[in-house]
Amino acid sequence: MNFIGTVYTLWLRETTRFKRNKSRLIGSMALPLLFLVVLGAGFGGFFRYRGNVSYMEFIGPGIVGMSLLFSSMFGGLSVLWDKQFGFLKEILVAPVSRVGIMAGITLGNVTTSMLKALVFLVALLLTGLVRVDFTGILLAMLFMVLISASFVALGIAFASRMSDPHGFQLIMNFLIMPVFFLSGALFPLEGLPGWLTVLTYLDPLTYGIDGLRFAFGGPHQFSPLMNLVVLVSFLGTTTVVGVALFKRMTA
Amino acid sequence: MGIEQGELFGLLGPNGAGKTTLISVLSTIVRPTTGHATVCGHDVGRDQDAVRKCIGVVFQDPSLDDELTGEENLDFHGRLYGIDAETRARRIDEVLDLVELIDRRHDLVKTYSGGMRRRLEIARGLLHRPEVLFLDEPTLGLDPQTRRRIWNHILDLKDSYGTTIILTTHYMDEADQLCSRIAIIDHGKIIALDTPEAMKAALGGDLLELGIADPDPEFVKTIRSVPEVAQVSVQEDKLMVTVENGESFIPRLLSYAHDHDAPIGWVSMRKPNLEDVFINLTGREIRDEAIKEPGDRIRIFLRRKNK
Repeated sequence: MNFIGTVYTLWLRETTRFKRNKSRLIGSMALPLLFLVVLGAGFGGFFRYRGNVSYMEFIGPGIVGMSLLFSSMFGGLSVLWDKQFGFLKEILVAPVSRVGIMAGITLGNVTTSMLKALVFLVALLLTGLVRVDFTGILLAMLFMVLISASFVALGIAFASRMSDPHGFQLIMNFLIMPVFFLSGALFPLEGLPGWLTVLTYLDPLTYGIDGLRFAFGGPHQFSPLMNLVVLVSFLGTTTVVGVALFKRMTA
Repeated sequence: MGIEQGELFGLLGPNGAGKTTLISVLSTIVRPTTGHATVCGHDVGRDQDAVRKCIGVVFQDPSLDDELTGEENLDFHGRLYGIDAETRARRIDEVLDLVELIDRRHDLVKTYSGGMRRRLEIARGLLHRPEVLFLDEPTLGLDPQTRRRIWNHILDLKDSYGTTIILTTHYMDEADQLCSRIAIIDHGKIIALDTPEAMKAALGGDLLELGIADPDPEFVKTIRSVPEVAQVSVQEDKLMVTVENGESFIPRLLSYAHDHDAPIGWVSMRKPNLEDVFINLTGREIRDEAIKEPGDRIRIFLRRKNK
């Protein structure tokens, strides 16, 4: 079967499952919403950044990034559930290219992660927490897709190496949470202690969220070009590693 | 060994014998470590895509997407195998009809019972009309009625499409009734390969069991000396005798028992089955190991949980 057909088939499966599962959609949005509202209101009183930026305005792009990080990583890791419940065998025994399978899973999860993140974005726009023009939206979408695709590929890479879903908690605690907290989603990157600055600069999500801040016309740290270069290299790396591991995987 | 086109070939053996591993190698899920095998003329290690194109596999463990409907599972499969939309729709109707799931086609698979899932998996295995169909324990954990229905479907298929079917099972009676030829596997090696009839005939006739504890050695010796008797084995509280024409041997046996004052509690006679063939070849019963295998229990548990 041709490559595009394989990609489309896998994409169709991901999106069909997504359409069906409204409760999971709501569940996946609860945590970012909690962060936005509770942290936003809780720290709001103490926080003034560069004169006039409120805390809720500040963390808005960070929460969009958070939503993308969580849903993308879990999307990639869902390969592990397919392994557990045997559906992966059905996919792997088919006469289709492994790269096509991985591309389809990635695109499907990027689509669903983007939809969730876009719900946040629309909410932020409606409440006036984010103001953005048309080119800003396009630029934001570009950063969002890059963030999502990188972490889906990373999730698939991990799922390819893991044999059972018990590792989920481990990845949650030692990968997703640190990546989120060190990304500057919740605090500005200026004036941090040296060790923390190093860690935030090592976190690829930092550049995604900084890129989003730029796209939304907010305070940002790096040049958008630098953000793009770092994100594209990160995506390239996770894709190469993901493809290599996925190809070697047996169901 | 070779398997002919259009044959229904059985792989028998206790769990852990290597049946599933063999299927995994032949269906390109696992690469062979040594040796080589060809399916439809293609090498399973080198030419994986060509092999994948001509086979269908019904795996031992469940392999459906619970969150899709029955029809969507089939549609996904049809797309992956590059079947065009029109043919796909027609064949989905056809196979759903065959396995009697047509009225449940729009229901999510997670609402299906174990037997329905199995039937859907079999329907899926046939959707792309494979030349060779692998069925790995297709009736494991199913109730007897469902087992029989699934077997009827499979026999139908073989007749309608001339599909070569390779099945693994540890239900000996199932293999006996269905397969034209059988390979018995134990510890990763094929220890017998023949038709079920020939295998049973090789045991040398009917099986007589005598209820007698600690039989007199002279009595056993007398039975052994009869030319028609192929085998005698003394077990804890019974004596097993393999003999040609068991019916006519029983009266003679009783008169020997009378001569030796041997207290026989009961006599039973049956035709040997594949279970006896297996015991004769390995000295063990197949079912003992089937139950002891922890993987088996987990698998049955998983199936139940999924119901």
